[in-house]
Amino acid sequence: MDFAGAYSAANLRFLLEGFLVTLEVAAIAIILSFIFAVIIGVIRYMKIPVLSQAMFVCVETIRNLPLILIIFFVYFALPDIGIKLEVFSAAIAALTIFEAAMISEIVRSGLQSVDKGQIEAARSSGMSYMQTLRHIVLPQALRRMAPPMVSQFISLLKDTSLAIIITLEDVMHNGQIIYNTHTNYIIPILLIIALMYFVVNFSLSLVAKRLEQAR
Amino acid sequence: MLNTIVEIYSTYSHEYTSGLLTTLEVSLLALVASLALGTLVALLCISPFRLLVFIGRAYVEFIRNTPLLIQIFFFYFGLPGLGIEINSFAAGTLGLTIYTAAFISEAIRAGIQSISKGQMEAARSSGLSYVQAMRYVILPQAFRIVIPPLGNQFINLVKNSAILGVIAGMDLMYHADIVATSTFHTFETYILVAAFYLLLTVPLSILVNLLERRMRVGHR
Repeated sequence: MDFAGAYSAANLRFLLEGFLVTLEVAAIAIILSFIFAVIIGVIRYMKIPVLSQAMFVCVETIRNLPLILIIFFVYFALPDIGIKLEVFSAAIAALTIFEAAMISEIVRSGLQSVDKGQIEAARSSGMSYMQTLRHIVLPQALRRMAPPMVSQFISLLKDTSLAIIITLEDVMHNGQIIYNTHTNYIIPILLIIALMYFVVNFSLSLVAKRLEQAR
Repeated sequence: MLNTIVEIYSTYSHEYTSGLLTTLEVSLLALVASLALGTLVALLCISPFRLLVFIGRAYVEFIRNTPLLIQIFFFYFGLPGLGIEINSFAAGTLGLTIYTAAFISEAIRAGIQSISKGQMEAARSSGLSYVQAMRYVILPQAFRIVIPPLGNQFINLVKNSAILGVIAGMDLMYHADIVATSTFHTFETYILVAAFYLLLTVPLSILVNLLERRMRVGHR
C-alpha cells in the first residue's frame, strides 16, 4: 500500500472528475425517476382501471429484479430489438427505470397515509377531485414522503457505481484505471472513493433526519 | 422469441441451475452471517458505553453511505494486497455480509427500542443481569417485530448478490453472461435470467407482505 503516491494531485483530480460524472448521472436519474414515480404513484393511488393494474405488474417486476440485471438489459439486450443507447444514457435509463419503481411505492403509500376524512371534507366543501389532490392530499403526503425519498436518493447515488460494468466513466472507473497500473494503490484509492460517496450521502442522510424531525 | 427462450433454456439449463444454486448459497450464508453481525452491532449501538455506541454508529453510517461494490472490490481486489488471497465467492459473501449487517442492525435496533422501557426495568429488578434481560426478555420480543423488515433485507440481499457476476462469482448473473456471449441472443437470455430472479424474490415479497399485514393486525 502506498497512500502518499496514490493521493497525488493528478490522481485526486482524476477521481474528482469521475465523481462529477457520478453526481451528474445520479442527479439526472433522481429528477427523471421522481417525475415518473409521481405519475405512477398517482395513477395507482387513484386506481385508474387497467393502467393501475399494468403499473402494479411493472413496478413489482422491476422492484424484485437486481439493478445490475436492468443495467445489463438496457445496455446489452435492448440493441437486439433495435434500441441502442450509449453508455451515459443507458446508465441513466436503467437507474431511472429501477428507482422510479422504488420511489412510486413511497409516493403511493404517502398518498394513502392522508386521512380519508380530509378528502371527504374537501370534496363536500365543493373542491373537485383534482383540486383536493393538489391542495389537500399532495402537500401533506409530500412532507411525509420526504425522509424515505431522500434515503432512496442515497441508494441511487450508491447504485450509480454499478454502471462501471458498462464502462461509464464514473469515479469507480477512473479509480480502476489508476490502480490497474499501480496494484499497491488499490486500498488507498478504494478508501478515498468510499470517502467521497460517504461525504455526500452522510450529508443527505442528515437532511433526511432533519426532515423527519420537522414532521 | 418464446421459441428462442425455450431453446436457450433446454441447452443451458445446467448453467442456470448452477447459477441459481450459487445465488441461493451466497444469499443464505450472507443472511445468517449478517444476522449475527447485525445483532452484535445493534447491541453496540444501544449499549450504555459511549465508545461502543460510537463504534457501532460509525460502522453503520460508513457502510450504509458507501456503495456495496466498493466493499466487494475491497475484499476481492484489496485483500490480496495485504497478503490475504480470497476467491470471488468468499469475497462476495464477505462484502454482502458487511453491507447487509449495517441495514439489519438498524432494523434490529429500531425493534429493540420499540419494546417498552418497563420490560427492561422489570427484568432487571426481578434479578436478571443486563445480558440475561436482553437475551430472555427483550431480544425474543424484538425479533418478532423485526421479522418483516428482515424479510425485506433478505430480498435485497438476493438482488444484491447479482454483483457477484462482476467479480466472476459463478452466480446467476455470471452464468447469464456466459450464455449471452455464447448464444448471441442477449435479449432472450436476460429475460430468462430475470424470470429466475423473480422466482426467488417474488414469493419472498409476498411472504413479507403477509407477515407485515399479520403484524399490523396483531398490534391492534
